[in-house]
Amino acid sequence: MKKPRIILLCVILAFLLVWPFIGPKYMVYLTLSIFGYSVALLGLNLLFNYTGLLSFGHALFIGFGGYTAAFLTSKYHIPHMEISLLIAIILAAIIGALIGMICVRYIKIYFAMLTLAFGMLFHSFLIKTYYLTGGDEGMPVLQPSLLGMDFSDMDPMAFLNGPFYFYSLGLLVLACIVMWRIVHSPFGLCIQSIRDNPDKAEYLGIGIRKYRLFAFVISGCFTAVGGVLLAPVTGHMDPGMVFWTHSGDMVFMTLLGGFTNFFGPMLGSAVFVFLRDEVSSVTQYWRLIFGALLAAMVILAPGGIIEVISRSFGFLKKKVKAGD
Amino acid sequence: MVILEATNIQKYYGDFCALAGVDIHIREGEFISIIGPNGAGKTTLINCLTGFLKPDTGQVRFKGKDIAGMGPEKLSKMGIARSFQLVHIFPDLSLIDTLKVAIISRQGKGGRFFASLSKDKVLHQQALEVAELFGLSDRLEETSKNCPQGTKKLLDVASAFALHPEIILLDEPTSGVSTSEKNKIMQVMVDASKKIGIKTILQVEHDMDIVFSYSDRIIVVQQGKILADGPPDKIEKNEDVVCNVVGQKECFQTFNRIMEMNREERA
Repeated sequence: MKKPRIILLCVILAFLLVWPFIGPKYMVYLTLSIFGYSVALLGLNLLFNYTGLLSFGHALFIGFGGYTAAFLTSKYHIPHMEISLLIAIILAAIIGALIGMICVRYIKIYFAMLTLAFGMLFHSFLIKTYYLTGGDEGMPVLQPSLLGMDFSDMDPMAFLNGPFYFYSLGLLVLACIVMWRIVHSPFGLCIQSIRDNPDKAEYLGIGIRKYRLFAFVISGCFTAVGGVLLAPVTGHMDPGMVFWTHSGDMVFMTLLGGFTNFFGPMLGSAVFVFLRDEVSSVTQYWRLIFGALLAAMVILAPGGIIEVISRSFGFLKKKVKAGD
Repeated sequence: MVILEATNIQKYYGDFCALAGVDIHIREGEFISIIGPNGAGKTTLINCLTGFLKPDTGQVRFKGKDIAGMGPEKLSKMGIARSFQLVHIFPDLSLIDTLKVAIISRQGKGGRFFASLSKDKVLHQQALEVAELFGLSDRLEETSKNCPQGTKKLLDVASAFALHPEIILLDEPTSGVSTSEKNKIMQVMVDASKKIGIKTILQVEHDMDIVFSYSDRIIVVQQGKILADGPPDKIEKNEDVVCNVVGQKECFQTFNRIMEMNREERA
C-alpha cells in the first residue's frame, strides 16, 4: 500500500479510537452498525468486485450470524461473543458451501437470482418455524460477554458505546487485514483473473468453479461475522434482517461507497447508515430519496463516493464506467 | 513419438458437417501449420484437439490418453496450452499479473489464501523472465486492456507459454496484426518456445509466407477433410492445394514463383 494511504488509514483509525469519547452518544451508537456492515461488506465485495459475482442474498449470512448470536445468548445462555463468532463462521462455511455449489454454476443475473432465492427461502424458514425462531416477531439478542469478561452490570448503552465499540473496531481491523491478505494473495489474483475472463482463466488451468466456490464461502463467513456484530447493536433479530431488501441495502452501500476500491463499501456503509438516520427522521419515504441517490450515483459517479473523493485528490488508479 | 493424435473425428453443427472424419498425428518436436479457406473447419479442429468441443465421433489422444471433451482446465494441467484467434486477455489485470496467473496455476499455488503476492520474489522473477522472452518488459505494470493489439496478442500467447506446456496450439497467432509485425511475433514465439522447452507447436495460420517459412509440416483442411499433409516443399508443389488455398488456378505458378523468390531472399 502507498504511504499516503497508510497515513490516511492511521488518521481514520485514530479518530475512531477517540470517537466514543468525543462524539454524541447516539452517533457513536450508529457507528457500531457501520462496523458490522463494514465486515459484512468486505465479504460481499470479495464476490462482487474481485470474483465478479453479484449476490442479492447476502443478508442470508447476516441472518446466520445474527440468529446464532440470538440463539446462543437468549436460548442457550451462552453469552460468549467468541463462541457466537466461531459457530457463525462454521455455519456460514458449511451452508455457504452447500448453497455455493449450486450458485457458482451460474453467473451474472442467474447467480444474483439464485442467491436471492436462497435468501428468501431462509426468510420463509424463519417465519414458518415460529417455535424455534419466534417467527416474524424474532428473537432477542442478549448482551454478550467479550473475551470472557462479563459486562452485565453495565448500562446497555454504556456497554455498546464502550467495550463493545472497541471490540467491534478491533474485529473490523482484523477482518480488514485478513481480507487484504486474501485479495493480495495468489488466490486473490486467480479470482480476479476469473472475473476478467473465465474462459482464458480456465485455459490457464484455473478451476473456475472451485475458485468461485471458495470465494463464496469466504465471503459468507465474513458476512456472518458482520451479522454477529450487528446483533447486539439492534438487540433483536427478526426475519426482516434476511429479507431481500436488506441484501439490496448491502449492494447499495457497496455501490454508494465504490465497489472497485477495497475500502469503498465501508465508506458506503457509513454514509448509508448516517444518511438513513437523518432522512428517515425527516420523512418516512427515505427509500424514495435513496432510490434517487442510487440512480444519480450510477449515472454520475459509478465508482461511488470514493471515486469522487479520489478524483478530486487525484490518486485514483482507474475510472469506472457504468457500461463496464 | 506421436504426442497428439486424432482419429476419425467428426463434428456437426446441426446439419452442417464441420469435420468429416479427420485423422491427425502430431509427433514431438514438430512445428505444424493448419491451413485452409475460411469455414474449412480449422478452428473446430483446434477446439476439438483442446477439449473446447467434444467431437461427435472419434478419439483424441494425448500421449496415449483419451482426452476428447476433457475440458481446458485438465488439459492445461496435462501439458496442452492454446491461444485464441481473438485475443483473450484479462482486461483489468496488469501484464505482469497476467503472467503470474499462469505461473501460479502451473505451480499449483492458487490455493494460497494468505501468502503475499508482492513478496513472492521467485514468482516475480519467473514472470519477468517470460515477459523478457516476449519483449513485454517495458509495459509490465500497464493494464492489459490499454495495450496495443500486438502487445495483447503477444500477452495472450506469452501467458499460454508460461504454463510450460508440452504442446501449444495457436489459433491464428498473427491475425489482426500488421504485416510488418507478423514476422517479429513469429520469431519471438519460436525463440521463446526453444528457451522454455516447448517442443511441439500447432498453429492455424492464413499468412502463407509465415506458414511456409516456419513449418516442418503443413496440414491442409478443406470442407472438414484433410486435403493434404506434408512438408512445405511438397505442399507448395501440390497444385490442388495451392488452387484451393490461394484461390484460382492461374495463381499456382505465380505462387511458386513467389515462394522461389522468398527462398532466394532468405538464402
